[in-house]
Amino acid sequence: MVQSRWQPLFAGEFQRFHNEVNRLFHQLGGHGGGWPTLARAYPALNVWEDENNIYAEAELPGMTQDQVEIYVTEGNLFTLQGERPPVEAASMAWHRRERGAGKFSRTVTLPTNVDADKVEARLEQGVLHVTLPKAAAARPRKIAVKGE
Amino acid sequence: MTNELTTKQPGQDLEGTHREPGATFTPRVDILENENELVLYADLPGVMPESVDVRFENGELVLHGHCAPRQNGVRYLRTEYGVGDFYRAFTITADVDPDKIAAELKNGVLAVHLPKSEKVKPKKIEVRGQ
Repeated sequence: MVQSRWQPLFAGEFQRFHNEVNRLFHQLGGHGGGWPTLARAYPALNVWEDENNIYAEAELPGMTQDQVEIYVTEGNLFTLQGERPPVEAASMAWHRRERGAGKFSRTVTLPTNVDADKVEARLEQGVLHVTLPKAAAARPRKIAVKGE
Repeated sequence: MTNELTTKQPGQDLEGTHREPGATFTPRVDILENENELVLYADLPGVMPESVDVRFENGELVLHGHCAPRQNGVRYLRTEYGVGDFYRAFTITADVDPDKIAAELKNGVLAVHLPKSEKVKPKKIEVRGQ
């Protein structure tokens, strides 16, 4: 913090509050840096569907397949968790620190039940692609219309 | 120590640099320094190595990663992020050796190593006795 000759009397108090807020964000975000945006759910997800599958995609740059875990529970709860390793920064000075690191876990409710045994995932160029086949009961069924 | 790198606004493009219209995102970066080099890490998820352009010119480091849209016309249930190109530029005031700058892209993270010029590296001066 830049010291000013005109600092108001309560500056120390404000600084303490500021530190407290940073600490809170740090805890909420769970992966360092103290950036307010990290308090949002991580990782961000794009989810879409077609007749047979639900697709989920997340950006996980710097992560490898073995650092990510995917679960489907209760038929339609999709959980994505893992740990993003920190940057190797031994004996280095930081100029900017915007990329987070640490453990994360996120669960979203899917609109239909999926077949947990047939879920497929691949991580390419830091993007995780998950295909969740819809349970047979949730797929549209073509009903044959019988004529006379 | 003051910041060796200052972010440029996306609008302050280098003259003559062509950019496609559409969404362009600012990648998150970590920048570190030791006595030998500056190291920059940038998150470029979904960008292939051949689609990254790293330029260093007149003390400016410009990163541009092209990322093609991945879903077209799908019915989204949830959209929390956009997919598009990445762009960010930095002014570097440290004296780096342009010929020795090296960059690699692995798992969607770009690492740029900017070695300092020999003349700015700290030198240990030997003290001779008699």
